[in-house]
Amino acid sequence: MTAPTLSPTAISGRASAKPRRRRRGSADISSRPGFLGYGLLVATLLGAILPLYWAFLIASGDSSTLNNVNMPWWPGGNFLANAWKVVSNERVLFFKAVLNSLIVSTVVSASVVFFSTLAGYSFAKLRFRGSRGLFIFVIATTAVPTQLGVVPLFIVMSQLGWTGTLGAVIVPGLVTAFGVFWMTQYLSTALPDELIEAGRVDGANMFQTFWYIGFPAARPAAAMLGLFTFIATWTNFFWPFIVLDPSNPTLPVALSQLQANYFVDYSIVLAGVLLATLPLLILFVVAGRQLVAGIMQGAVKG
Amino acid sequence: MTTPSLRATPSAPATRTPRRIAFNSRVSRWDLKLSPYLYISPFFILFAIVGLFPLLYTGYIAMLNFDPILHTGTFVGFDNFVWVFQQRQFWIALRNTLTIFLLSAVPQIILALLIAAVLDSNLKAKTFWRMGVLLPYIVMPVAVAVIFSQLFGDHYGLINHVLGFVGIPPIAWHTDTIPAQIAIATMVNFRWTGYNALILLAGMQAIPRDLYEQASIDGAGRYQRFFSITIPQLRPTLIFVIITATIGGLQIFDEPQLFDTGGLAGGANQQWLTLTVYLHNVGWFQNGSFGRAAAVAWLLFLLIVLIGLINLAITRRIASNENRKLS
Repeated sequence: MTAPTLSPTAISGRASAKPRRRRRGSADISSRPGFLGYGLLVATLLGAILPLYWAFLIASGDSSTLNNVNMPWWPGGNFLANAWKVVSNERVLFFKAVLNSLIVSTVVSASVVFFSTLAGYSFAKLRFRGSRGLFIFVIATTAVPTQLGVVPLFIVMSQLGWTGTLGAVIVPGLVTAFGVFWMTQYLSTALPDELIEAGRVDGANMFQTFWYIGFPAARPAAAMLGLFTFIATWTNFFWPFIVLDPSNPTLPVALSQLQANYFVDYSIVLAGVLLATLPLLILFVVAGRQLVAGIMQGAVKG
Repeated sequence: MTTPSLRATPSAPATRTPRRIAFNSRVSRWDLKLSPYLYISPFFILFAIVGLFPLLYTGYIAMLNFDPILHTGTFVGFDNFVWVFQQRQFWIALRNTLTIFLLSAVPQIILALLIAAVLDSNLKAKTFWRMGVLLPYIVMPVAVAVIFSQLFGDHYGLINHVLGFVGIPPIAWHTDTIPAQIAIATMVNFRWTGYNALILLAGMQAIPRDLYEQASIDGAGRYQRFFSITIPQLRPTLIFVIITATIGGLQIFDEPQLFDTGGLAGGANQQWLTLTVYLHNVGWFQNGSFGRAAAVAWLLFLLIVLIGLINLAITRRIASNENRKLS
């Protein structure tokens, strides 16, 4: 249900195929972007930044800033005060929401990475009857909109007494088809069979071989899978909104509460929105390069 | 990512004497045979429980008059479907879902293609631009919805203010149907255009450069090369981007759910009520009926399959026509 919508791009291709090295010939020089090209990029960049900056302008003002037609283009000094109103609100439970989101996203990412690597290792490197058919089945399930199973899933969760608990959000996301596909693609080219055989000859059992040889080899792809799963889980709203209640929210659920409670003062609402964006923004600054590489690797040869 | 460190942890290199295989060969044989299945089983078990079963069970619940307290239901056949079909709101939601989908997917993919083409050229500071276009992806849809619903404010919103400079009278973004849907489509495009541009960029970089050189020698201009080489060669990537945009776009929930605060989600006159928001309203609001919600879910599922197939047929045709022209 919380299944991240990663790009299971290279369904027919190899995730780890090396991008073609570009030749720096005459063709490339002629394709240096012109004024229009740079213009498009600058416009895109402004389109990405301006809404956030505008939100910051409102969030650093007071309740009248939103309705001020001649809004200053420089932030005011109220951001911290507004942020404090968000985190201290008793109905929004901001800190609890951050903690819950951290728990859910971390557990889900760790679990997806572990089980996907395990399954990917099996599909890529172990020989067993039916492996091809089962792998095709895994690929096929990436196209199934499982989100539409919410009604029975909700019924099951309420019968188990899990509604309102983090378990209801965590369990459906513990392993994803995309993760299995991604790790299989990576390991089938990145891990030489000889290494596994060497491990077997040394007397390691199957799981030891996986743990000491397969898993370390999978680390780069596993890190990326973890990163994307974390983001997808952190931003997920539909299912948590249905199954959790406002007294035990994840961050997106708390934000929807914030809007409902404070809809007259958007300086506070938007301060909360920016606070909630901050963790992933930091992640973006630290790992943005990896995010770009991950999306592009998933798509190479598409 | 490209250079994985393949240092297998040395497992006791000191004791490298050949082992007696017979000692625990039986355990070892089972280990060898069962382990592969054991390793892939978590996915299949979980998918069966939280993916496949709910989806199939949805079809069953859709035939029940389900009681949310007793957790049982009486069989009512297709009554829930009949009820759904009789609701004006369902048809409005169906129309809205399709229009919002078109309003977001079409400009998004065209824009992503253009951005990707620029990123694919000989740029300075490549990483900077690539990261730049990806920035909106890390803003959660709920946050995007709250920010943009204010940017698109009817009275004091920044967008109406800017439009005023060029002499366009204020647009009732939260009242009129098409403007509301444009606003929601804009939120989707804000978050996904850059992401899709990067996927398309990767596809473009996999196109052999000799094709372009050959075309240049034959006198093809930049635009001709784009339409007769890039687009046809990009076909698999394009199909992927379109399919995922379809699966995601038709289930759109967060943005329309949070576009306005008052009343039942979707707008006072259902201006931006989508099928997923409708599903939620039917199932979890005022005399919610799980049976009817399940019927909506199944209809939405069929719609996704149908549109997916149409998409596939169209993309196939376009791409193969292009190929024929090329050869």
